[in-house]
Amino acid sequence: MAAYDVVIVGNGPAGLSAALYTSRANLSTLVIGKDQGALAKAERIENYFGMAEPVSGCELVENTKVQARNLGAELVTDEIFHISWNSKGFVLEGREGNYEALSVLLATGSSRKKADVKGLTELEGHGVSYCAVCDAFFYRGRKVGVLGNGEYAVHELLQLLPVAGSAALLTNGHQMETDVPEGVPVIEKKLLSVEGEELVTGVTFEDGSSMELDGLFVALGSAGSADLALKVGAVTDGRNIRTDEQMATNVPGLYAAGDCTGGLLQISTAVGEGAKAAMSMIKFVRQQKKAGV
Amino acid sequence: MAVIKITEKNFEAEVLKSEVPVLVDFWAEWCGPCQMQGPVIDELSEEVSGVKFAKLNVDECMSLAQKYRVASIPTLLVFKDGKVAASSVGLQPKEGVRKLLGV
Repeated sequence: MAAYDVVIVGNGPAGLSAALYTSRANLSTLVIGKDQGALAKAERIENYFGMAEPVSGCELVENTKVQARNLGAELVTDEIFHISWNSKGFVLEGREGNYEALSVLLATGSSRKKADVKGLTELEGHGVSYCAVCDAFFYRGRKVGVLGNGEYAVHELLQLLPVAGSAALLTNGHQMETDVPEGVPVIEKKLLSVEGEELVTGVTFEDGSSMELDGLFVALGSAGSADLALKVGAVTDGRNIRTDEQMATNVPGLYAAGDCTGGLLQISTAVGEGAKAAMSMIKFVRQQKKAGV
Repeated sequence: MAVIKITEKNFEAEVLKSEVPVLVDFWAEWCGPCQMQGPVIDELSEEVSGVKFAKLNVDECMSLAQKYRVASIPTLLVFKDGKVAASSVGLQPKEGVRKLLGV
């Protein structure tokens, strides 16, 4: 049996709003947050319901965290790198450990961290990959690069190291933010383009130098909702996760709410979608339990 | 129509020499998105006529995956007259597969 009925990835308005409902419905609820996200930058929120005086994004989120805890939700700080799915539920892999859940809500907000590197989009699926666990198989004994400079990039690298012939980290002009496994080259030069016609053959750097590669795995920043959705098999439209009106994705038990579903990027929308997702999750979890999962 | 399981042995007869277009779903057990792609293909095989639907397990047919430069799964290839006429990489919802087939 899964450790939690509900695991919510993201502690912004959508995630926390959902947590209020699922905890009140007596479902064991874990909220995993990395940081404060987009709202941390909002100093004065004047257009949210019930605010006689403007409130800061931080204050709004912190208040809701207290509210969620009071209702029984558990809140932790962690970064999720991967989600997998089977008939019994979900396993989420994080920096601090793994979490099991009957149902999962993706609510990590939106991020536009696509690197502006020529050839990257064109060669997607032809040597450019966004999922090391999924695609490492195709790079047995071959030369691969991981594009990124944080924990997520190292997580993807660790999936590739046992399989690939060689692996390097390409930080695209940034410094590494975390420790790198011994013996792995880190190239901090800025990238100009990914080379290859039918398949990736290498990369060229801005200084004119180049490097031969068979595959390039993109793991910039942290894994956002769309990255996680892709790994677990949820349909996305670009960077937005596709849901139905009940906030359900095509993966049974997986829901998405807030900015990661696109549309109006507002707190009110996120809170509403979080509530809707929670209702769907409550129904789903009760059905699963009834069915003896 | 039932979905055909492709092997290294039947590939030529079932796919390359097929008289109707063939959609081949390249997949593997360990691939999360592939588990979602499979049922979409199963359903379409019941709904669409005039197209053959097939699945190719890359663990069992690595050389075919390499031959067709599959580097990420799920990959869908549509074969017409022995040649790849259309392709997509990544999970495709039903309407995406229909578009690929032009049906």
